[in-house]
Amino acid sequence: MSRIPLGYLDSAGARAAATLPLTWFLLLVSIAVCLAITYLLWRALRGPAGTIGADGKAPAVRRGEGAARPILVGVAISSVILLIALGWTMVALAQVAPMPRRPEIEIDVTAHQWWWQADYGASEPDQTFSTANEIHVPVGAKVLLRLHGADVIHSFWVPKLTGKTDMIPGQVNLTWLQADKPGVYRGQCQEYCGLQHAHMAFEVVAEPPAQYAAWRRAQLQTAPPPATPAQAEGLALVEYRCAVCHTVRGTTAGSNVGPDLTHVMSRRMLAAGTLPNNRAMLAGWIEDPQGVKPGTLMPAQQLSGPQLQALLAYLETLK
Amino acid sequence: MSPADIALPGEGPVPDTETRLARRPRIAQADDPALLRKLEKTWETKPGLYGWLATVDHKEIGKRYIVTAFVMLAVGGLEAALMRLQLAGPNRHLLTPEQYNELFSTHGMTMIFLYALPVLSGFSNYFFPLWLGARDMAFPRMNALSYWIYLLAAAFLYAGPLTGAGPNDGWFNYVPYAERAYNPGINQDIYSLGLVFLGISTSVGAANFLVTAAKCRAPGMSINRLPIMVWGTVTANAANLVVVPAVSLAFFLLWLDRNFGTSFFDVAGGGQPLLWQHLFWLFGHPWVYAIVLPAMGMVSDGLPTFSRTPLAAYTLVALSTVATMLIGFGVWVHHMFATGLPGLGLAFFSGASIIITIPSAVAVFAWLATIWLGRPVYTTAFLFFASMILLFVIGGVSGFMTASVPVDWQLTDTYFIVAHIHYVLIGINVFPVCGATYMWFPKITGRLMDERLGRWNFWIMFIGFNIAFLPMHLLGLFGMPRRVYTYGAGMGFSTLNLIVPLGSYLFAIGVALFFWNVFKSWRHGEKAGPDPWQGPTLEWAIPSPPPPYNFAVIPTVASRHPLWEDDLGEDEHRSSIEEGMALDQGKEALAVSILDAEPERILKMPEDTLAPFSLAVAAAVLFVGLLLHLWWLAGLGAVGTVLALAAWNWPRRKLLEREPAPHEGIGHG
Repeated sequence: MSRIPLGYLDSAGARAAATLPLTWFLLLVSIAVCLAITYLLWRALRGPAGTIGADGKAPAVRRGEGAARPILVGVAISSVILLIALGWTMVALAQVAPMPRRPEIEIDVTAHQWWWQADYGASEPDQTFSTANEIHVPVGAKVLLRLHGADVIHSFWVPKLTGKTDMIPGQVNLTWLQADKPGVYRGQCQEYCGLQHAHMAFEVVAEPPAQYAAWRRAQLQTAPPPATPAQAEGLALVEYRCAVCHTVRGTTAGSNVGPDLTHVMSRRMLAAGTLPNNRAMLAGWIEDPQGVKPGTLMPAQQLSGPQLQALLAYLETLK
Repeated sequence: MSPADIALPGEGPVPDTETRLARRPRIAQADDPALLRKLEKTWETKPGLYGWLATVDHKEIGKRYIVTAFVMLAVGGLEAALMRLQLAGPNRHLLTPEQYNELFSTHGMTMIFLYALPVLSGFSNYFFPLWLGARDMAFPRMNALSYWIYLLAAAFLYAGPLTGAGPNDGWFNYVPYAERAYNPGINQDIYSLGLVFLGISTSVGAANFLVTAAKCRAPGMSINRLPIMVWGTVTANAANLVVVPAVSLAFFLLWLDRNFGTSFFDVAGGGQPLLWQHLFWLFGHPWVYAIVLPAMGMVSDGLPTFSRTPLAAYTLVALSTVATMLIGFGVWVHHMFATGLPGLGLAFFSGASIIITIPSAVAVFAWLATIWLGRPVYTTAFLFFASMILLFVIGGVSGFMTASVPVDWQLTDTYFIVAHIHYVLIGINVFPVCGATYMWFPKITGRLMDERLGRWNFWIMFIGFNIAFLPMHLLGLFGMPRRVYTYGAGMGFSTLNLIVPLGSYLFAIGVALFFWNVFKSWRHGEKAGPDPWQGPTLEWAIPSPPPPYNFAVIPTVASRHPLWEDDLGEDEHRSSIEEGMALDQGKEALAVSILDAEPERILKMPEDTLAPFSLAVAAAVLFVGLLLHLWWLAGLGAVGTVLALAAWNWPRRKLLEREPAPHEGIGHG
């Protein structure tokens, strides 16, 4: 089951786990009801059948007696099951719906067509940084997420950690999660949001607290200065072209239309969970984003071969 | 009960001129040749193009509704077939994302708006007067209007997909994606105006069903004797009348947003995206019941006919129909559990959504009991009705799972919901409609459908449907999102998505066999006679196909099963079908009191007229003008609608039901 990245019949965090027994209960009750009705229908059909004779005559009509009692019993049993489900639903809702009072971490997540922006450290200005499509959390910590919609409605969903919460322009929705096991958990936009709704995924990386702290320190660093002429040429391209949409902290590139690239090569995936992140994929993505994600807002760059190599040389330093 | 004994209003010791019937109608025999000739001449539609455009005969209109809806079903099915090819494997490129998005939106629009309700309206249109023992619907011209607008609105809506500008934001059309900033094409303008236009048809039709069921019945057809299909249709249309304005308003506001810069839904201008969702689902959820309750009625009326026994627990089933709708008004937020609403509100709507299952359980157990107590005749129609019970339960339990908020936070917008909605819409709408077609086709055409082909048709549909849609539950539990044009190879979706199209195409073959059977039997089917199934209700008492006036004499009803009274032998009273009021002084029908169906008035029914067709065309011109910002054309359309309405409402002496007192001056103003 855990080989199914978006499956939610197993869980890796407290919030998803609290819902899981209820999900199984409803699922099994549902299957049992279907089987019971199938059996009753089969029994009913096994009774004496009538036929329309050669003369076109159907069997005479007669009123059967004694239907009221079984119908009422059936409805009564159904009602009891429904009331149990209702009670359990309310209990589970009370468990998972309230936001944690003292979250250890707060992250602002903003959904864009078609990528995710994660901003850390809103309450401490010197701890602030922005990343994209990859949210790191320490194992065991209660994480509060403030969800924003930048353009149209999206929905935040990490099935193994938490159910869905919509990200709606003009309002801030809250959700929370807690990862109990280290691992990488896939998330996916779950509200139809246009052309590339299919390719709007992200990952939650749950790490032991020390590792998380190290990641966080690394993310706070600005980009290193170029060390070779090729990297310098790459930086010039970044500041001339990529800067129209992207930020690389430590350079003059400072636009917020697309993802922050300061540590782009530290991320596992490219293009919102679409491609594994390596030099070759990155090159392909820069050259032909419309081929990978038709309709994406990232334009093709029309770079010459040497320009592309220089750009990649610089981008590879953004770890 | 003899029709001559019926107490007519105003005939007591104190004559009451206000409620008095215009005259004491002559009592006649149903086989009186002179009467039949006279009625035929009065009621028949003129041949030729004029008659075709001007007819107000509910049977003609009903047939057109059914045929048009079946065409839409076929078109929507082809759209689905293309989508399943695109999704048959991971990362396929058969369709572009935009093509896929337009296809799934058009598929939803077609099936939900242009097939599911219209096909039920078609059956109800054809059979309401026949079930109720009436000569026509209460407002025959409005009936014609509602069909013409449906047809023109369907053409208007399909102008989009046919010109490459189909809707691309799903049938639910969420803002802000539907706003101009994110969706600059004309696509959403066509969709918005088209649905406002279609809403007129739905509302007009709904009013007509309500008044017909309330007033246009045979004497003695009191409300505790109505077929369940009438209960279902009345309930559904009462809901439509209340909720269609909500969605028409929503689409109109969106059109204003898109074309005139208002900001009802636009955050930048102080608007609220969630307002759309409330307005839409306030309509959308009751609508789901509107497109299943009449179909459940088909099953409630169909099963007893073939099981050779009255429906078990009639009263409970009728009440549960109404109860479903009443609770159904309070569940729309279950489409919005993930939108960040407060917990208390969620708890309420979750509770209502779970409780609404109880009336459905009543229907299921009543159907089972009916089969159990009867001696079922295994016709194709029976197979469709009986199998629907199972599909209904599967679609029902998956709905019950989504009613639980925490579970829904996982299930919602995955393929689990796709599975659910198709079990509901195909299981509870398409299957009963197929059954109803096999059952009532002989009444409409005078010919039986081929039963042998029917078996093939049923089993292929049933097996194909389950192969296609059962695996979708699992896809949903594996987390496959809906409305995605493709998916990755490592997600665990690939195998199941390969099975789904196999089932879908099998199902499509079954549906094609159904259409073929209809087509073939229409021409060459075995002659049916008036009552091939020996059914319980009034439609089986008249010839197949029925004459234009339906009933030569107005029947008088003494029980719930007028044609089964001798077999059941439960009461000494007998309905009178062969003898009754003649009502032959022009196009006449009878109006009765709402609860007990006591005669109140002799209605003068309108002649065939071009007014409804003209009004629909003028309204279409108006909407095209609005769409294209051709204000002169819109003006032309508006003037046309006014003229058509004037012609429609022009006073006619023939339609007077009482001579006006001299001072009233009607007819001079």
